Amino acid sequence: MDFTPLVISLKTAITATLFTFLVGTYAAWRTYSKKQLYAIILDGVFTLPLVLPPTVAGFFLLLLFGRNGPIGRILSQFHIQIVFTWSATVIAAVVISFPLMYRSAKAAFLQIDENLIYAARTLRMSESTIFFKILLPLAMPGILSGGILAFARALGEFGATLMIAGNIPRITQTIPVAIYMAVQGYNMKLAYTWVVIIVILSFIVIFTLNYCERKKRGKY
Amino acid sequence: MSLSVEIKKKFKDFTLDICFSTTERGDIIQPSRVANELENERLHKNRSNERLGILGASGCGKSMTLKCIAGIERPDEGKIVLGDRILYDSKKKINITPQKRNIGYLFQSYALFPNMTVEENIGCGLHCGKKEKSEIVDNQLELLRIKELKKRYPWQLSGGQQQRVALARILAYEPELLMLDEPFSALDYYLKDQLQQELLEALEFYKGEIIMVTHSRDEVYRFCENMMVVDQGRVLVHGGTKDLFLNPIKVPVAKLTGCKNISRIQKVEEHSYLALDWGVMINTHREVGIGCTHVGIRAHDIRIGSIGEKNSYACKQVKQLEGPFENTIIVSLAGEKTLMWKISKTYWRENLHEKVPSMLHISEESLMFLYE
Repeated sequence: MDFTPLVISLKTAITATLFTFLVGTYAAWRTYSKKQLYAIILDGVFTLPLVLPPTVAGFFLLLLFGRNGPIGRILSQFHIQIVFTWSATVIAAVVISFPLMYRSAKAAFLQIDENLIYAARTLRMSESTIFFKILLPLAMPGILSGGILAFARALGEFGATLMIAGNIPRITQTIPVAIYMAVQGYNMKLAYTWVVIIVILSFIVIFTLNYCERKKRGKY
Repeated sequence: MSLSVEIKKKFKDFTLDICFSTTERGDIIQPSRVANELENERLHKNRSNERLGILGASGCGKSMTLKCIAGIERPDEGKIVLGDRILYDSKKKINITPQKRNIGYLFQSYALFPNMTVEENIGCGLHCGKKEKSEIVDNQLELLRIKELKKRYPWQLSGGQQQRVALARILAYEPELLMLDEPFSALDYYLKDQLQQELLEALEFYKGEIIMVTHSRDEVYRFCENMMVVDQGRVLVHGGTKDLFLNPIKVPVAKLTGCKNISRIQKVEEHSYLALDWGVMINTHREVGIGCTHVGIRAHDIRIGSIGEKNSYACKQVKQLEGPFENTIIVSLAGEKTLMWKISKTYWRENLHEKVPSMLHISEESLMFLYE
């Protein structure tokens, strides 16, 4: 049996989660307490992939990164092609999992007593010190569970991946795509194997998530 | 050090429009003779840091005022000047960040960082070397007598201990102005007296100016030489605390300083006024300002009267409420509104023999003439 879909899936999910984790937390920090119009619009943009069907998100990505798309055209000048490569699986996973990370981090920041932030400011702590010493430690359980959710979503990504990365065995074929192809080709035995693997992976994710939640309740 | 504030901020259903200065008092105060003496006495004490109390019902805008001064909230327009530094000026587009204002803010909930120990909490705002930092922290711990709490986390402390840590954290960086936001409202009732005493002691070391916000008249009276009454986002009066308790000037101020009995008045002739709500004539030789609309008497200032005495009235008991150390008697004179009379239990037992007298006396000196 060819295990490359498992390797590709894990590699994609881990890379995508690293990226979403950092950028999502940063985006949440910069916008969570803002009430200006730009923050409201950004919030909509950041959340959109959660609401859109993944195929639609993939369609937009194809428009952006395609040979004639605005980003695709710039990248092609450097002889970089995104569509139907492994990078495309990562981009699809990032875009789809981003809202989960962003919203979890935002919720975690919002539940911190704002008086703590005010107090820190009157205590002459700089905004970045406040972020690293107060916001981040206090929001950590929520941010971590957001990261795990994002990882799970990245691992299961199918629609957008198929649109922008296609189904190229050993390059862009992730487990969900492999399952779809196996069922299409009446290879039920292969499909069952992948299903069992993904169910086991999902359970691991759920247990880790619960562990984080329990830690969150125990602290402070 | 003086603070002058002149700010406006609009909210959905109310507008904050606060204007005061800690060096100048409001000019609407007409201190009585007694108040003048108190005033002199206080001036002779020559305190370097007078405390200002801001008294007001909840939601009147007093905490918002503090937040604007600290730079946490931004007013719509106005000016805030501390000493010779402009902290905020909407015309000159100046708005200094809270980090640079050097103002200490003691939050109602103390706002200790739950992820840091007491030691870390106190040291977190200090920008200096490790050795110096630990010296400052140890010094503060010693001053506030909380050395043994150094390694604990906020959730392991009692309310009073948390307050001391929060205070140590502020005093460590020597702010020019210290603002206390309802410092005792989060504490258990029976602990308050002791903690008020402890806070007074702790603040002995502090040389800057202090502003305290509260809805408790007792706290203002105990802590603050000067007070300001805020109602619906506006300053009603600003002056010496004792003066204002003796002569509250305005009806809402009288109510906030705890005056229970207030009646509308109508001038009948020189020196006599009809108290409309009580249905009695009040005679006084005191000067009553033109335009005074109400008269008030504190529940503790009512005395036993006798037939033929000036300002003595026949009364009828309506209700009697027994407290642990004090009895409250509700009596009616000739009018619709009842009066509240508070007397100590000893007096009630020994002088009144547990019976409401037939006559009550409202002495001229304790009358408060008020403006609407």
